[in-house]
Amino acid sequence: MTGPGAVAAGVPSPDAAELADAAQAWRSAYVHVPFCHRRCPYCDFAVVTPEEGGGPDRFPRYVDALLAEIDREKEWGPLDAVNFGGGTPSRLPAAELGRIVAALQDQFGLVEDAEVSLEANPEDWTEATAAAVAAAGFTRVSLGAQSFDPAVLEALGRRHRPEHATAAIDAALAVGFRTVNVDLIYGTPGESAASWASSVERALDSGVQHLSAYALTVERGTALSRAVAAGAAAPDPDVQADAYDHLEAAAPAAGLVRYEVSNWARPGHVCVYNLATWAQGEYLGFGLGAHSHRDGTRRRNVRRLDVYLERVERGERPEAGRERLTSAGREQERLFLGLRRAAGAVSGEAGSTLLATAAGRRLVASGVIEEREGRLRVLRPLLTDAVLREIPDQA
Amino acid sequence: MRNPPQVAMTDQARIRNFSIIAHIDHGKSTVADRLLERTGAVASRDMREQVLDTMDLERERGITIKANAVRLEYRAADGEAYALNLIDTPGHVDFSYEVSRSLEACEGAVLLVDASQGVEAQTLANAYLAIEAGLEVIPVLNKIDLPAAEPERVEAELLGILGGKPADIIRVSAKTGEGVDELLEAIVTRLPAPGGDTAGPTRALVFDSYYDSYRGVVCHVRIVDGTLRSGDMVRFMATGAQAPADEVGVRRPAPVPRDALGPGEVGYLMTGIKEIDRVRVGDTVTSTARPASRPLTGYLEPKPMVFSGLFPTDGDDFERLREALDKLRLNDASLVYQPETSRALGFGFRCGFLGLLHMEIVRERLEREYDLDLVATAPSVEYRAHLADGSEVPVRSPQDLPDLAALVSVSEPVVKVMIITPSEYVGTVMELVQQRRGEMGEMTYLTPERVELHYRIPLAEIVFDFFDQLKSRTRGYASLDYEPADYRQAKLVRLDILLNGVPVDAFSSIVHTDRAYRRGKAMVERLRELIPRQLFDVPVQAAIGGRIIARETIKAARKDVLAKCYGGDITRKRKLLERQKEGKKRMKMVGQVEVPQEAFIAALRIDE
Repeated sequence: MTGPGAVAAGVPSPDAAELADAAQAWRSAYVHVPFCHRRCPYCDFAVVTPEEGGGPDRFPRYVDALLAEIDREKEWGPLDAVNFGGGTPSRLPAAELGRIVAALQDQFGLVEDAEVSLEANPEDWTEATAAAVAAAGFTRVSLGAQSFDPAVLEALGRRHRPEHATAAIDAALAVGFRTVNVDLIYGTPGESAASWASSVERALDSGVQHLSAYALTVERGTALSRAVAAGAAAPDPDVQADAYDHLEAAAPAAGLVRYEVSNWARPGHVCVYNLATWAQGEYLGFGLGAHSHRDGTRRRNVRRLDVYLERVERGERPEAGRERLTSAGREQERLFLGLRRAAGAVSGEAGSTLLATAAGRRLVASGVIEEREGRLRVLRPLLTDAVLREIPDQA
Repeated sequence: MRNPPQVAMTDQARIRNFSIIAHIDHGKSTVADRLLERTGAVASRDMREQVLDTMDLERERGITIKANAVRLEYRAADGEAYALNLIDTPGHVDFSYEVSRSLEACEGAVLLVDASQGVEAQTLANAYLAIEAGLEVIPVLNKIDLPAAEPERVEAELLGILGGKPADIIRVSAKTGEGVDELLEAIVTRLPAPGGDTAGPTRALVFDSYYDSYRGVVCHVRIVDGTLRSGDMVRFMATGAQAPADEVGVRRPAPVPRDALGPGEVGYLMTGIKEIDRVRVGDTVTSTARPASRPLTGYLEPKPMVFSGLFPTDGDDFERLREALDKLRLNDASLVYQPETSRALGFGFRCGFLGLLHMEIVRERLEREYDLDLVATAPSVEYRAHLADGSEVPVRSPQDLPDLAALVSVSEPVVKVMIITPSEYVGTVMELVQQRRGEMGEMTYLTPERVELHYRIPLAEIVFDFFDQLKSRTRGYASLDYEPADYRQAKLVRLDILLNGVPVDAFSSIVHTDRAYRRGKAMVERLRELIPRQLFDVPVQAAIGGRIIARETIKAARKDVLAKCYGGDITRKRKLLERQKEGKKRMKMVGQVEVPQEAFIAALRIDE
């Protein structure tokens, strides 16, 4: 259902300010599943492959550790959203996933209609898997299609082929998940404009209600960064900008509205966990390398599997570090998170300070940002970081 | 704790004052280290490399920038105790002024030559300085332990320059210590003891000074006549400054206070004077009780060869920059500066330097020792503009060049250049010199394999990258020395650079007409690479007298955002942004355009 019909039915548009602001109060949980068949060359997430001791024999022990970590958490909740990220959450059998969802339900409770989402690789995802995962309590699935061009998938080091992605989407839609998301990556060296246009078309035509599109980024310490250092082509920011512009132009016809730099949804299908994060909402992270944000403190877990398991099994917190911001720091952070959204953020103190600087005035004059009715919005999402760098440090 | 003052002055006959002079990298600091160690000035356990190079920068770069003095106590083969004052000197061509100053305080010089490299341009230049100053020279071959050492060949080169016989040359390995004892004996037996009038009025030469934040100005002095006593009221004859001598002493190398310094002695003088312009290097110190009637022959004021604007990135730091320059000048008499205003960069100083290395070092010291963030503009030489009314004005900055209408002609400084190179590279060196508008002078074969070439080259042509080019064309074998010659008329114009349509004075340069187009084209191309993309298209243009000769465009940034934040890792994203913000602070806003500091210098180091 596209915009007008949805509004008529009382569902706010994905980029509505009231949705963006309400998300601040939502509570969510993040569960990290680090297991992957292999490491993609661009990936710098906390990942363990079978060769690195992350084979299926480890799954039950890891899930047990997650349950222990959840069990030890203070009373909180109920949860509006749960997001399983990775790694490859779909590597875990549905039964294991179900154990975790049940534990979260037990410990914190889930609101009615809570979003329970997981990331899945197309090659792991059959109709049978989809059905079992849905039965385990999941309402949303995010499929890592990345591209529908075999050459691009090859360049990205992905194991699946385009037809796997199409079949996976069909399976997810058939089983009846409330929301199906497709992840795309743009600007892979070698990807032509035509290849990208075709990937976009296939994603939009597939019937998914949510789309995330990320520019390929060279992260330190990855195989990709080593290749680039050795002379391989790096992603071209102008090509990426063209790709983004193309998607931005094509998405509305499929009923998708951009509500954040990299996210598009049909009304009623925004990602609750995502919106809560950008609204500076609170979340608890469980598992390897997971992050939490609660009571003004941001915490992160250790990134090594053996260390994580040992710590949790000894009854210790697997925490690797934490950060507590000053109230001025939080105000600055509120703006730098909020400005990623199409709805922007209430200007507040940080916004007023920015607008009072010469740089802020230049950004307004050049049409990169605007302030209207007390909200600051970035009109050119691809230049968001250029805006964020100008937010003055708060006294 | 300070040592108690020692009473006795040293008998002139038991003093030897000497410098070690050498081409850069020929092992001067290592030989000095060995002498200190052998005479017990530094215990072996306290020994570290480059003992006399106290500045961090000197140790990092492995060079000597500042002169330094240390007293070595040596018992010679004749059974007598001698005081050997070693006055350390820099080796780089930029600092030859420091060398000549140090030589004024000596009777002898140890001329050090790397036995694997042979005589180099600064070896010769320094040797001539020593001979002109009337010093006794002890030639020394260093690094004889190296497998690549060719002592016979290098001895032949040395004898060709200095005359004498092979037996005069001492072979040393500072690394193994071989020959160091012979060198010490030669210093005692071959160098003359200082003269000077013991009974006359006090005259002491200030050959260096530095600023100590507790003690004020500290002078390195060489007593020529009479005695300098602690507690005496002293006067600096050139500036007229008067103050009590709070403390006199010698450096071993730690300061050791003494009651007095007698004729021929080298030591330090602390007066508590804090005003740095009142104590000038080259001045004569006398006692007010019995003043000398005439000062010693001082030095010529050092002549800056290269000028550049220094501007604080943060305009509020202007006063701090002034204070820092004032303090630095005390350690570095060759540094000159005056306030300058740039439309692009605000308030700063136009500074004069001895050369590019000197310029780099001053800038680095200002940033490190005084915690300043600076933008340096392209270096320029001092031109002279001849005007229609017959007058002549100095042009130290491209902005000083008068309008074409008022201008009759412009002349530029020319230097006499000496290059020593293996003969196989003569062709490529000549080609380079020709490209730089050089004129060939004499050519002398030191040996069949090594040639000494003389040229006259416009200074502007050698200050940027001539030395690098020379080195790369000769696989590092050629060496270079130069000295000012005269001024010569040339067809010179000002090349302006416009950023976003606005001329940026800091990017202007004075260039030869024949080169203007290529230089302009290279400049705008380089700036397009160096200046990050902004929120809008930025045209970069090169112009002469309002006529655009080259243009490039820095395209507007289109993508500047992280697509994703991983698993709620907000901290990481914030830290990344904070680092990027820090990077922005090192940019200078020029009109509406953010320009990185490096662009101001790097843009001029271009390959046309």
